[in-house]
Amino acid sequence: MNGDTLITIRDLVKTYVVGEVEVPALRGVSLDIRRGEFVALTGPSGSGKSTFMHLAGCLDRPTSGTYLLNGRDVSRLSKRELSAVRNREIGFVFQGFNLLSRTTALENVELPMLYGPSVPAKERHRRATASLTAVGLGQRLDHHPNQLSGGQQQRVAIARALVNEPSLLLADEPTGNLDSRTSIEVMGIFQKLNRDRHITIVLVTHEPDIAEYASRIVAFRDGRVRLDQPVAVRRDAEEELRRFDEGRFEEDSLERSA
Amino acid sequence: MNPLIIVSIAVAALRRNAMRTALTALGLIIGVAAVIVMVSIGNGAKSSIETQIRSAGTNVVTISAGSNSFGPVRQGTGNTTTLMPADAEAIAKEVDGIKYISPGVNTRAQIVAESANWNTQVQGTGPDLPAIRAWSLEYGSFFTDQDVLMSAKVAVLGSVVREQLFGAGTDPTGETIRIKNQPFRVIGVLKSKGQAAFGPDQDDLIVVPYTTVQKKLLGITHLQNITLSTADGVPFQGASDQITDLLRARHQLQPGEQDDFTVRSLEEIAGVLTSTTTTMTWLLASIAAVSLLVGGIGIMNIMLVSVTERTREIGLRLSIGARDRDVLMQFLVEALVLSLAGGAIGVLAGFTASFGVSRIMQWPALVTPGAVLMSFGCAAAIGIFFGFYPARKAAALDPIEALRYE
Repeated sequence: MNGDTLITIRDLVKTYVVGEVEVPALRGVSLDIRRGEFVALTGPSGSGKSTFMHLAGCLDRPTSGTYLLNGRDVSRLSKRELSAVRNREIGFVFQGFNLLSRTTALENVELPMLYGPSVPAKERHRRATASLTAVGLGQRLDHHPNQLSGGQQQRVAIARALVNEPSLLLADEPTGNLDSRTSIEVMGIFQKLNRDRHITIVLVTHEPDIAEYASRIVAFRDGRVRLDQPVAVRRDAEEELRRFDEGRFEEDSLERSA
Repeated sequence: MNPLIIVSIAVAALRRNAMRTALTALGLIIGVAAVIVMVSIGNGAKSSIETQIRSAGTNVVTISAGSNSFGPVRQGTGNTTTLMPADAEAIAKEVDGIKYISPGVNTRAQIVAESANWNTQVQGTGPDLPAIRAWSLEYGSFFTDQDVLMSAKVAVLGSVVREQLFGAGTDPTGETIRIKNQPFRVIGVLKSKGQAAFGPDQDDLIVVPYTTVQKKLLGITHLQNITLSTADGVPFQGASDQITDLLRARHQLQPGEQDDFTVRSLEEIAGVLTSTTTTMTWLLASIAAVSLLVGGIGIMNIMLVSVTERTREIGLRLSIGARDRDVLMQFLVEALVLSLAGGAIGVLAGFTASFGVSRIMQWPALVTPGAVLMSFGCAAAIGIFFGFYPARKAAALDPIEALRYE
């Protein structure tokens, strides 16, 4: 393990007990993720990728195995300690955005700062504004979610995930509710954050082409890691967006998947 | 988490559903207002009764001639002829703490003046009665011991009788009236006392020396009642026991034989009435409290709906670092803000309604701080009590399940 490792996972097992039946969701996963990596977790439903993401996101505790985040073993923490880890170390982006309705973009982004160590209102406001500006929504601070497009809503969610400057950004099917152009746009933001600010991103997706925006793909099947490899030909969202707007994207995309 | 932030989050959540919030609060508003109105009606009634009793004189003890038995046939109160003027003298001499005492004989008669007549109660009393009853005179003076001794034909009129015979506001002292065809000189007029809450008009009477009633009007030697007042601080029970013992001895009643008189005090009657109205107040307040309870259940209902509806929001809050305690506090404070706001508005509504009711009923408006504090406190307690279950349900949610909730 070197100093650049953010996540060290060894023999992670998660078994759900449904009634009297034990359902193994993860059967022993070992994985290292370095700081600044952009990892896509793929796999069919039931492969264990979601369970893995929940464990990586400290939303749940493993049945056995160890999970070191930033060198600290978080696999045996209490619920309360896990809340603090989620607040400071992890930012979540969900498929359904999960923004508070009838609440401005700014207030939505300020939300994580309410639960951590006390931040003065002025400082909250400043950081939320900076975070929204970073995702290109500096002009829409006072908009409510229903006044924003799906892509914009997801960008508010990304700004919210980043506002506490977490060491890990977890995105669970972030493009699942978006059309293809908006999907590329959102992936572009992830790539930019990863490239410019060296934010570590773990992306869960079942769409192979979305996974190709990442730098490394980890494929799950039946609760185990089946494949773990760098992306050979990485997609560049910025470049694709340009081509998309020139009307050349569709054919190109078809060519590539052929 | 900063309490101010918790409250502002709660207020924001309540404002997002303004209509629902208002309707939920309405249940509590009505409950709190009802409690305040009911308690103030009860207190108003109580104080109005107390005022009237006080105006009839405090520390007043009445001895009535009792019932008489002729074999199995029992007659009503006042039919015995055993209560004598000498009994009154004996009581005055032998019972401790007697301040004033007045023998009494009453009758009804047609009163005839020069140009009008009127049927009214003729009260034969001693000269002490004004002191006992706290009566004062509008015109003239009351009769004296000398008048009693002489069975003088002098009369003091109640204001209603004065109005009927001589016209309102006139001074009839010196005029002559006829009772049972005998001339009486009017020597005074009593100040109006108003209608009693119970019993007859206190101003529709005419007062003459009791000896005059005995000899000139009825031709009897016994008394119908004795009215006396005790000195301040003399307990009724002690005086009553002494009087009873004395009268039983004087009337030569054997042990086991029934009293041929009844000893009552206004204080005692007042106590009964006050405790009755207190009971009524509690009854009314507890009926109102039921509506407060129903309002509380309304809050619980809405909070439960709210928790279910906002499951994903709870999931999100948990995922960005809210502890279960933060979620619990959020929903608890929401219920509390809702109930306190409802309580505050309810107090205002209760105040307004109480003053309206007291206007209509002609009672003093008695919104006691106790009733306000109690109903406001109840509203807060209801908020915490009925808000706790939904809040705990919210806090117990699993973040993963909550985030997946559709």
